[in-house]
Amino acid sequence: MKANVTVTLKRGVLDPQGKAIGHALEGLGFDGIGEVRQGKLIEVELAETDRAKAEAALDEMCRKLLANTVIEDYRIEIAE
Amino acid sequence: MKAAITVFPGTNRERDMADALERASGTRPTMVWHGERDLSGYDLIVVPGGFSYGDYLRCGAMAGNSPILRAVKEQADRGVTVLGVCNGFQILTETGLLPGVLLRNAGLKFICKMTHIRCEKSAAPFTGKLTQGQVSRVAVAHNEGNYYADDETLDMLEGEGRVVFRYCDDRGNVSDATNLNGSQRNIAGIVNKRGNVLGMMPHPENAIDPMAGGTEGLPIFQSLATAILA
Repeated sequence: MKANVTVTLKRGVLDPQGKAIGHALEGLGFDGIGEVRQGKLIEVELAETDRAKAEAALDEMCRKLLANTVIEDYRIEIAE
Repeated sequence: MKAAITVFPGTNRERDMADALERASGTRPTMVWHGERDLSGYDLIVVPGGFSYGDYLRCGAMAGNSPILRAVKEQADRGVTVLGVCNGFQILTETGLLPGVLLRNAGLKFICKMTHIRCEKSAAPFTGKLTQGQVSRVAVAHNEGNYYADDETLDMLEGEGRVVFRYCDDRGNVSDATNLNGSQRNIAGIVNKRGNVLGMMPHPENAIDPMAGGTEGLPIFQSLATAILA
């Protein structure tokens, strides 16, 4: 089983990289750019075949390591 | 004083830290490789600066979840004094020994320069040799030194007198202009509730020699030596 974990900064936490990307897009002439926020995508392969168990394990992985929940939110998607 | 300095792949300030501790206490600390699981018998544990595990995932995230940090946590819970500097501060927040997190500098640049910090609280074991309001000229060298915590946590830290250092100018004035990395409330260093774990971004270990960078970082190590030898 494969999963995609998306980790993003929480709303309200300043994202200077996202801001810089937004400015760069405007500099390239793209109009109407609103707020840009950057995150990261982590792909995880799992031996687990039970979807619910996999999701529970991934949730624990996120809380323990993949995300710092002081500043980050995470989203788990089972890809296949 | 029996001191241990943790060393991870990518740590690079351990020798400066050892020199500072030796200068203040007269005893050379022990370097402890990250695979070690037992840190009993030390009076002081220092997590020094560098780029542990290449700063993969988040600064301090890998080291913060390594076996040796479980040992650091164990000793901290027993009341052993723990100092984290720069990457060490990042690691201590990742383990949960200290609240908050160090974000990317607000200006998106790696900052390597001399700056000033103001001591907000004179107390053993870390700042007994400093007076409240004393300004020290020390170096910073970091890309993620922007201290962040939610307002509730910040108010708690202030209320409990746990903000130990703030970025300031040479006269001790704290303002947005002296906040070089965007830290909430100019915070440069904090302690845990019990007062035995300190994390700070600036490098006092690089200000211990009049020939190189001044000696204004030395009082922190003298405080530790006095508090722990006493």
